[in-house]
Amino acid sequence: MLLGPDGRPTTAGTGTLPPPEDLLRGYASIVAARRYNEQASALVRQGRLAVYPSSFGQEACQVAAAQVLADGDWLFPTYRDTAAVAARGVDPVEALVLLKGDWHSGYDPYERHVAPLATPLATQLPHAVGVAHAARLRGEPTVVLALCGDGATSEGDFHEALNFAAVFSSPVVFLVQNNRYAISVPLSRQTAAPSLAHKGVGYGVPGEQVDGNDLAALLTVLGGAVARARAGEGPQLVEAHTYRMQAHTNADDATRYRSDEEVAAWVGRDPLTRLEAYLRAEGVLDDERAAAVAAEAEELARHTREGINRDVEPDPEDLFRHVYSRPTPQLEEQRALVRDELARDEAASGANVTTDTRQEALR
Amino acid sequence: MTSTITRPATQAPAAAATETLSTAQAINRALRDALAEDPSVLVLGEDVGALGGVFRVTDGLTAEFGADRCVDTPLAEAGIMGFAVGLAMNGMRPVVEMQFDAFAYPAFEQVVSHVAKMRNRTRGRVELPIVVRVPYAGGIGGVEHHSDSSESYYAHTPGLHVVAPSTPADAYALLREAIASPDPVIFLEPKKLYWSTGEVTPGDTRGPGIGSAVVRREGTDATLIAYGPSVPVALEAAEVAARDGRSLQVVDLRSLVPYDDAAVCAAVESTGRAVVVAEASGFAGFAAEVAARVGERCFHSLAAPVRRVTGLDIPYPPPKLEHLYLPSVDRVLDAVDDLQWEDA
Repeated sequence: MLLGPDGRPTTAGTGTLPPPEDLLRGYASIVAARRYNEQASALVRQGRLAVYPSSFGQEACQVAAAQVLADGDWLFPTYRDTAAVAARGVDPVEALVLLKGDWHSGYDPYERHVAPLATPLATQLPHAVGVAHAARLRGEPTVVLALCGDGATSEGDFHEALNFAAVFSSPVVFLVQNNRYAISVPLSRQTAAPSLAHKGVGYGVPGEQVDGNDLAALLTVLGGAVARARAGEGPQLVEAHTYRMQAHTNADDATRYRSDEEVAAWVGRDPLTRLEAYLRAEGVLDDERAAAVAAEAEELARHTREGINRDVEPDPEDLFRHVYSRPTPQLEEQRALVRDELARDEAASGANVTTDTRQEALR
Repeated sequence: MTSTITRPATQAPAAAATETLSTAQAINRALRDALAEDPSVLVLGEDVGALGGVFRVTDGLTAEFGADRCVDTPLAEAGIMGFAVGLAMNGMRPVVEMQFDAFAYPAFEQVVSHVAKMRNRTRGRVELPIVVRVPYAGGIGGVEHHSDSSESYYAHTPGLHVVAPSTPADAYALLREAIASPDPVIFLEPKKLYWSTGEVTPGDTRGPGIGSAVVRREGTDATLIAYGPSVPVALEAAEVAARDGRSLQVVDLRSLVPYDDAAVCAAVESTGRAVVVAEASGFAGFAAEVAARVGERCFHSLAAPVRRVTGLDIPYPPPKLEHLYLPSVDRVLDAVDDLQWEDA
């Protein structure tokens, strides 16, 4: 921890405070990420998104994960990391396509070097190692930052990924956002280890814990891990202590498994208020600047809202187009079947339209 | 066994020399040629390095191309498969060896949820040119977990190509084609055929074409449809039947996905009777798919219901009992005898 919950610098952590311009940039991103979370949750209530796993309360982790990477680096997100994906520069509307239901992945992973949102837990982590290893074989300075939650650390793929990264000395930073719950199951049922960062020990991967609601500490710790990975020192594991302020998704009822008091305690550790307090105390942030940042966030929300509210008619041909590089003969047959069905439906509705038009003409 | 490939002579490049190789040697040659031609090709798996794989299929590759090109990995199949996904996402063409059929199961989630779906999920933006080599099926006296026929799991998963060569020539050509393919390919290597020899033309990369079945033996009375380890069984059954005056045609599917409906139907329609021979357990297996497709498409040409001769619906038996599990020549001939000849 570099900044306490009240926004005052502490001596509890190691490392130095990042320069004010980095923190100010992060502040703007956190304000935007929070507005994005609120907007996406509202879009679920309005029936425009099927589901939204919110990262409300975890925005410092989301923002830091994007901010410490260079353009050529890669980010491997989970379904709860759309704010990080947007912070990395992916169109925030495209980042939500999976959750809207138009298609599975809404963005081109190569455009901003962001892997598709991973829904099965921890399975993206060995992919991250493979991407990093391929880059290293070609002598490229790429670093890969792979995100997962506390629940995912129980999955085999988490352990296999750490082990592969260590054995091949791959430049991967594993960032575990420990938000205390895997849907309803608390951390105590995921592990008996002293910390999740300890899980690196068995693989020879350095592990570090950080206050996940303290952007300053995150930038310092993750920035250091990325720099060391880029310098050839191999993988690192970072456990960020944070809290999922809202339910798992809109379909979840968090009151069944945690108390209001517990949630209230974490409100006091909010990542945004502490950073804002610090920046204002330092004189880096004033009302005018804060208003400009809020206006930018509002613009992002508007863009997101309008994009998601725009109805995109999914192309049924896409069902067959990308299963293989060329459809198999069997898929061609099934495509013809669906085409016929659609043509019949259209003909039927076309007949109705004609009738309507005639009635219109008669008036 | 005899292994001849019915490919028009005009397709063979004039410069390429034909050699006699075992299936294992043919696969080794295909890997070596692919590694030499394309620096993005990587071979990875358990014991593929200094040892050359437990079946010696990767023999000499690390010595020739280095430990960065033929890579011994940690012993973790899900990790290997996930690692390969990342390599393929970032410009490589990984050829993964799963040491044995039943040891590939830990990687199943990676195969089903990622290898098979990545192209579709990303609307074609991310291709995964991965080949998964699986020494598969039984008949070699392997102890428990070393003899599974796992093809139906893979064939049931959209997004994967699945091939099973039965000759050294097909093993070479199909593997070269699989490595060059932009789609993931599950490459099933019948263990009991590793030591069978045949003529191979290394360097001929055009291949028989993933997706094309081939008639291995002409015949007029009934069609035996087989693939991988069952092809030699079908060929032997046809040989025995010929002595009894019955002419059996043998079709080698060699590509399960894509499946060659046209070739299979043409063959079955030419004889009017069909028996599917497959080593895997029959219930809900790939042989059932073949029988169903023949039934749907060739019904009016059939003089008898399509029969299946498959492995039993039991966990793969211990070595001393596996002969009772495996489809035998006798079982194939019994099934042929059962094809309502009295009505003919």
